[in-house]
Amino acid sequence: MTNEKLLEVKNLQKHFSAGRDRIIKAVDGVSFDIFKGETFGLVGESGCGKSTTGRTIIRLYDATGGEVKFEGEDVHGKKSNAELRKFNRKMQMIFQDPHSSLNPRMTVLDIIAEGIDNHKLAKTPEERRQRVEELLEVVGLNKEHATRFPHEFSGGQRQRIGIARALAVEPDFIICDEPISALDVSIQAQVVNLLKKLQKERGLTYLFIAHDLSMVKYISDRIGVMYMGNMVELAEADELYDNPLHPYTKSLLSAIPLPDPRYERERTRIAYDPTVHDTSEPAELREVTPGHFVRCTTKELEKYKRELSLKKK
Amino acid sequence: MSKLLEVKDLRVSFNTYNGEVQAVRGVSFELNKGETLAIVGESGSGKSVTSNALMRLLPEPQSIIKSGEILFEGEDLIKKSKKDMQKIRGKDISMVFQDPMSSLNPTMKIGNQIMEGLIKHQNMNKADAKKRALELLELVGIPQPAIRINQFPHQFSGGMRQRVVVAIALACNPKILIADEPTTALDVTIQAQILELMKDIQKKTESAIIFITHDLGVVANVADRVAVMYAGRIVEIGTVDDIFYNPKHPYTWGLIGSMPTLDSKDEELFAIPGSPPNMLKPPVGDAFAPRNQFALEIDTVMEPPMFKVSDTHYAATWLLHEDAPKIEPPEAVKQRMLGFSKTGRKDGEKS
Repeated sequence: MTNEKLLEVKNLQKHFSAGRDRIIKAVDGVSFDIFKGETFGLVGESGCGKSTTGRTIIRLYDATGGEVKFEGEDVHGKKSNAELRKFNRKMQMIFQDPHSSLNPRMTVLDIIAEGIDNHKLAKTPEERRQRVEELLEVVGLNKEHATRFPHEFSGGQRQRIGIARALAVEPDFIICDEPISALDVSIQAQVVNLLKKLQKERGLTYLFIAHDLSMVKYISDRIGVMYMGNMVELAEADELYDNPLHPYTKSLLSAIPLPDPRYERERTRIAYDPTVHDTSEPAELREVTPGHFVRCTTKELEKYKRELSLKKK
Repeated sequence: MSKLLEVKDLRVSFNTYNGEVQAVRGVSFELNKGETLAIVGESGSGKSVTSNALMRLLPEPQSIIKSGEILFEGEDLIKKSKKDMQKIRGKDISMVFQDPMSSLNPTMKIGNQIMEGLIKHQNMNKADAKKRALELLELVGIPQPAIRINQFPHQFSGGMRQRVVVAIALACNPKILIADEPTTALDVTIQAQILELMKDIQKKTESAIIFITHDLGVVANVADRVAVMYAGRIVEIGTVDDIFYNPKHPYTWGLIGSMPTLDSKDEELFAIPGSPPNMLKPPVGDAFAPRNQFALEIDTVMEPPMFKVSDTHYAATWLLHEDAPKIEPPEAVKQRMLGFSKTGRKDGEKS
């Protein structure tokens, strides 16, 4: 991990119209940076806006407000086809549901080669096939699989095809939107190991969106916690788990059951009560200790700082 | 503890265009009064088919119960007629399904859905049933039950809907509650609430729970005993402590090892290679052998019987045979057997 910013998200907003004058603020002013070579985990309950954030970053949605900068360039706004093509090659996405994210009427060869074709990365059909076969081997499938259709594969294998498709255009940055949620436990570990291996070999940067917190902790360098369209806490993975400050983070962490019966017998859950917050001024993301941000007011900031220093003693 | 339910050598197959799929291949277990038995396994391991067989909810005529007995209070449920089963379903044995979005009738008011079973099984009149329905809604923690009782499912959130499903399942004080992945579709915070609710109610009503899930965290939280299923068989069964702190079957090792602890960071996860077998042609011998790095020669020839580890703990692996080489579980699994959460998390929580 370097200190070079690959992606800067500033005050990103995405609002959806829900008929008449009703507006749903799915993402309401989220800011964070992702450094080159790191894995940034994004967690939160369903409906908190974590997937919308991911999809807006990659331009699947147009942002309502705010800015996304990738390698210093604005992602949104008007772009020529050539510019778009350049951008699309650098950023790819892996989707949650391996059953619906692959076209059932295309062979694996054509699915993976779609990006290669679009970006004209292969000069001859022979080279195209060769590249796909290489990719299949990288993700742990055989080259014989290239002529098959998606329905002939299991969930874990399909997710591998999705990963191969993302890798086909040699991106720098991959958004993984709950890539393991739909998989069985034993297969989840396979896919996570594969993602980690690829990151090491190719220097990839990941945005890892998930609600399974123990897996996120394992794979991420830094984690952001989202609640109701806002980032409420952001810190390094260990720091977030060891010293959660925001009441919502505490509640979320206390709700995860761990595969350890002795621990489970003692665990007590903390419920989140949004009324405990200080409302004298609008809350914003503030730095409590270097690298550890919490959404709070100035008064709360002092409180969190005291809490943290007491604990570290 | 008294035996409430006893399943003996249950075998269930499905007839498909491709041939016979052997979904459950000889499952035996017991359920005692007031306990929670968790059944864990991957999709396709036969855990849901087993529970649906208990309720006789398998689709007919595609499915065949090939052999076995399901003794509920001494009576074999497999021999019951459809009519007799209707008297048992919802009254003595009831079920909570995975998806609260699709297990409620969208055109019926919540109240009527709860009252249905009461009127049918307990011969209550409408007024009494309504009173009881209000109590139940209160019990499962739905605020303002008097208003909510007249609302439709779409007016409830996912977690609230699952509470209603639990209320329906509990309406007639069942002796056995089968929960088939009741929290898989829910968020962690809502999941925690539903689990607490079920444990709470179990204390009050002393009903036995069969809890089907693939989430080992949830198992550690709710279960008294655990049965691990693979390819249609129970490969290991024991108390929750037996399974988590002294697992004997390599498949259980794999399940436990594939979860990251909160301390593990750079080491690779212990993944089980390959994928589950095709149940159209179950492999000869131990079905797990092709994915098992510790497989012995005999595994490809003969299916292992259940070996006794202790009075409560049994596992079906040849590694427990007296002539087998002594094999220690892999390092990653050993670490997890010591406990997942010795550092870090706990401090974070007390604050």
